[in-house]
Amino acid sequence: MELIKVENLVKRFDSVVAVDNVSFSIQEGEIFGFLGPNGAGKTTTLSILSTLLEPTGGNAYINGYRVSSNKAEVRRSIGVVFQDPTLDEELTARENMLIHGQLYGMKNSREKIEELLQLVELYNWKDKLVKTFSGGMKRRLEIARGLLHEPRILFLDEPTLGLDPQTRNHLWDYIRRMNTEKQVTIILTTHYMDEAEKLSDRVAIIDQGSIIAMDTADALKERLGGSVIRITTPEPTAVYNKLSQHDWISRVTPHDNFVDVTLNHAEERIVDVIKTVSDNSLYSVSLRIPSLEEVFLHYTGRTIREEEAGAKERMRQKSRVRRR
Amino acid sequence: MRSAVYTIWYRNVLKYFRMKSRIIGSLGMPFFFLVIIGFGLNSAVEMPGMEVNYVNFIAPGIVSMSILFSSMFSGVQLVIDKQIGFLKETLVAPVPRLQLMFGQALGGATTAVIQGVLVFIISMFIGVNIPGISGILISLLFMFLIGLSFTSVGIAFASRMEDTHGFQLIVNFVLFPVFFLSGALFPLDRIPDWLSFLTYIDPLTYGVEGIRYGMLGTSQIPPLVSFGALGGFLVAMLILGSFLFNKIKV
Repeated sequence: MELIKVENLVKRFDSVVAVDNVSFSIQEGEIFGFLGPNGAGKTTTLSILSTLLEPTGGNAYINGYRVSSNKAEVRRSIGVVFQDPTLDEELTARENMLIHGQLYGMKNSREKIEELLQLVELYNWKDKLVKTFSGGMKRRLEIARGLLHEPRILFLDEPTLGLDPQTRNHLWDYIRRMNTEKQVTIILTTHYMDEAEKLSDRVAIIDQGSIIAMDTADALKERLGGSVIRITTPEPTAVYNKLSQHDWISRVTPHDNFVDVTLNHAEERIVDVIKTVSDNSLYSVSLRIPSLEEVFLHYTGRTIREEEAGAKERMRQKSRVRRR
Repeated sequence: MRSAVYTIWYRNVLKYFRMKSRIIGSLGMPFFFLVIIGFGLNSAVEMPGMEVNYVNFIAPGIVSMSILFSSMFSGVQLVIDKQIGFLKETLVAPVPRLQLMFGQALGGATTAVIQGVLVFIISMFIGVNIPGISGILISLLFMFLIGLSFTSVGIAFASRMEDTHGFQLIVNFVLFPVFFLSGALFPLDRIPDWLSFLTYIDPLTYGVEGIRYGMLGTSQIPPLVSFGALGGFLVAMLILGSFLFNKIKV
């Protein structure tokens, strides 16, 4: 069943187009990842889907309800974990949960609160003030709170931003568990390649307000023609000539002292590749499986880091102008 | 379904009682006003045509002052909620914004009235006239009207502000004229016309006079007039506060 349907969504701020004609749909039970650099339009899209921003154009439906006209029902259907914390740190974990439950009209939230706090392993901390929590604990509490009113969809905006690697791994486990145990459909935004790849069933790569590619992480990588086997050899031309005759190889590129062979299912085919060129003298053979980073590079012509640097530079320039 | 008004009110009251130092701290200024100005001027000031001495005269004014200050400043919670992001959590909940605004206003008013009642009790310990039950009820009614209307003013300011320092500066700028022009410290007759005019357009004047009627049984403005004027101001401020709160963007 389609839980989220977005059609030609547009959001314009003055002259800037933050979301540019975006369409996608998300099935029940899916973990859907929005991957893109800061300022790509991920958070703006989530803000529209969570009714906090009005779209300039297009339609979005959540759980069958139209986002711009049926706000209360949309809000009831979703749990939101924003990029920046939204907890009241002067209150305890339990009090934050309790207030959330009341805001969503829950009559008896006590048991549910304890169950969720146990799930995110904060039960022993339930009566401690949130200001004493670490960054990872706060995120876990926010995720638990977002699920309290049993939404069918959970929005996670950069769920592991600023957390250390160990905490991130831990958090990914929780997110997966929420997805399988609570059957919650999850949309997450991230600019971490590994996060998008490890968590999401499908990934949408978003850049400058548009979705430029959308599929499973594996399929996106396959589209590049597969993995790359690099053969270092003193006779690259001979190796090239032999390999370029095979149709199960997508592409062969000769270089000065090595040959790059691009093909699908490279792990299984590596033996065949070596057999084909076993008469030639070879120095070494290495296998490189492409990451989403390369996918991003392929579609945008830039790495995500260059994008970030660019965005930062733009912001710096803006603030310089403002100061004047 | 429990209304979000209750939830937001509950949060404000819960946070208030958790900050003991703030409760004690904000009793300081009213206490010193009452003791130093009250007793200091007690023998020097004669209240023409009134049965009461000066300490008794300003006690309702000081009660009003403590409510005015704590209700206006309670709006800072909204600025803080913007900064810590908690406002987003409430805005994305399936409740009308009007309920959030009313909860915030009632929460601020409640804590302000508690503050006023504490000053009320202190004033009796230092020798101010103790009113009867009906006097107390009338005083409480006016305390609540002052609290709710000026909390709404605070929310109106806070809706447009992003930083707490700016909020405090703006509120201070408004607070002092409102307090000093209110007739909390001086009787309304026998003052120059221009001052009299300013006094009568100051909404707090009607609150002070209302509480004065409750505490002392006598006032210069009839209590029903005070009630009408302050009630009208309350409605206007609730509308203004709701309007600006509704326009907050996150």
